Amino acid sequence: MDTLYREEILEHYKYPRNKGTLEKPDITYKDFNPLCGDECQIDLHVKDNRVDEVKFMAKGCAISQAATSMLTEMIEGKSLEEIKQLSKKDILDVLGIELGPVRLKCALLCLKVLKGGIYGIKEWPT
Amino acid sequence: MLLEAQKIRADFPILKRQIGGKPLVYLDNAASSQKPQSVLLTMNAFYQVSYANIHRGVYTIAEEATELYEKARETVANFLNTKTHREIIFTRGTTEAINLVRFSWGRKNVQSGDEILLTEMEHHSNLVPWQLLAQEKGAKLKFIPFDSQGKLVLDQLDSLLTDKTKLVAMNFVSNTFGTINPVEKVIAKAHAKGIPVLLDAAQAVPHLTVDVQKLDCDFLAFSSHKMLGPTGIGVLYAKEKILEAMDPFLGGGEMIKEVHWDHSTWNDLPGKFEAGTQSIAEAVGLKAAIDYLKTIGLEKIHDHEQALARYTMEQFSEMKELTFYGPPPKDRCGLVAFNLQGIHPHDVAAVLDRSGICVRAGHHCTQPLHRKLGLEASVRASYYLYNTKEEVDLLIDALKETTRFFKK
Repeated sequence: MDTLYREEILEHYKYPRNKGTLEKPDITYKDFNPLCGDECQIDLHVKDNRVDEVKFMAKGCAISQAATSMLTEMIEGKSLEEIKQLSKKDILDVLGIELGPVRLKCALLCLKVLKGGIYGIKEWPT
Repeated sequence: MLLEAQKIRADFPILKRQIGGKPLVYLDNAASSQKPQSVLLTMNAFYQVSYANIHRGVYTIAEEATELYEKARETVANFLNTKTHREIIFTRGTTEAINLVRFSWGRKNVQSGDEILLTEMEHHSNLVPWQLLAQEKGAKLKFIPFDSQGKLVLDQLDSLLTDKTKLVAMNFVSNTFGTINPVEKVIAKAHAKGIPVLLDAAQAVPHLTVDVQKLDCDFLAFSSHKMLGPTGIGVLYAKEKILEAMDPFLGGGEMIKEVHWDHSTWNDLPGKFEAGTQSIAEAVGLKAAIDYLKTIGLEKIHDHEQALARYTMEQFSEMKELTFYGPPPKDRCGLVAFNLQGIHPHDVAAVLDRSGICVRAGHHCTQPLHRKLGLEASVRASYYLYNTKEEVDLLIDALKETTRFFKK
């Protein structure tokens, strides 16, 4: 079990970072995983082209919640250009687990939402 | 009363498989069932001995293939007790069968301001096609509600069936609650007002004796893959008179009688609705699946599954962190949907997979039903003739372990 739910994933799941919404977000975007009905919304405050503040609201499994929580920590202070470079690998690296094709989408929905909000990119991250 | 599961299990090669050193416990039969050796061998033999396209070739193997394909139709017709085998249309599955009715019957018979009556527990495949038709025609969808036990509330049925109601389309057995719905009552009331009834029987035909003449339903749809047969084939049953009056569905080969540059005439039933090369080997496989089910007996299969559902619910009742949905065992088929408090269904399913246990997690294609219950998703264990009480015990143990793991 520990190979699928590492301690850190469970910790982020139980105590998510940056959970909530922003009062007047510069960017807000929401998307769904039609496979399981999971949803994820990310709000951003952007200052000098950098992420100043980020909040998320998500419904989903431990993997998706933890991935979103970890992603928000990862992007604080990052430039939008740096965010554009984030890939599937970055998410899997922080999760530190391997996932099959179905559950991969649980992990990647947050990055899809982030890129959808900033750049209007609709594809699943690769 | 339980079946002799070990004897049955020996007929299903995949059940010998291990997942991470543990025996495969397959509890996702409402999504799709596993296949007995007889189905696999029959399809293989068909490809090796008699395969050719049907209805056209005059050579020996084309004749053989045609005969086997039509024999499959007769088997399905007998299985459902239809008046004639012309009432059996092979489709790609339940979804295509329902969409066939939407296009060929619905477009002709449903107009602006008309109503279609569904239930609140439809699978998306018996909801979305009618939404699309309603949007196209300016018609309205109405719903028979369900109560806290996951049973249909029929008190208001008389007022739900109006002069504008053109069709009742409902599931026979709920894929989420497991409820065996009182379809005879609804059919009687609808027919009293001259309204035809379509039954989504995807979860019924694999598990219950279904007699279309006794039911007197006008349309009935189901899939082969949920009843031990191959994917890629399903059935639309409809009364002959209705099929005769319907427009064709797909245009192409086989569905025509005579073709001119600018118009064509349609083939007799059932060919009128079977354009293009059909799933021939799959029809042959479906016949083998029905033959297998008949040797066991559907009544015995239903009793077996219901006993497993009852046992599951008894065990679940003792787990305070578990909530399950649907009616008492006597009113349901062999499936139970549930949630573990504070643990997302996907996480439950992922942890169960570590014990080789396959369950479904998600909305089971009944999103509005889940929304009404205030849920995003649930976990579902669904049984078939090869499942055992010991497998239910493994499920219960794994669920207790899941709770311990996430609560630590």
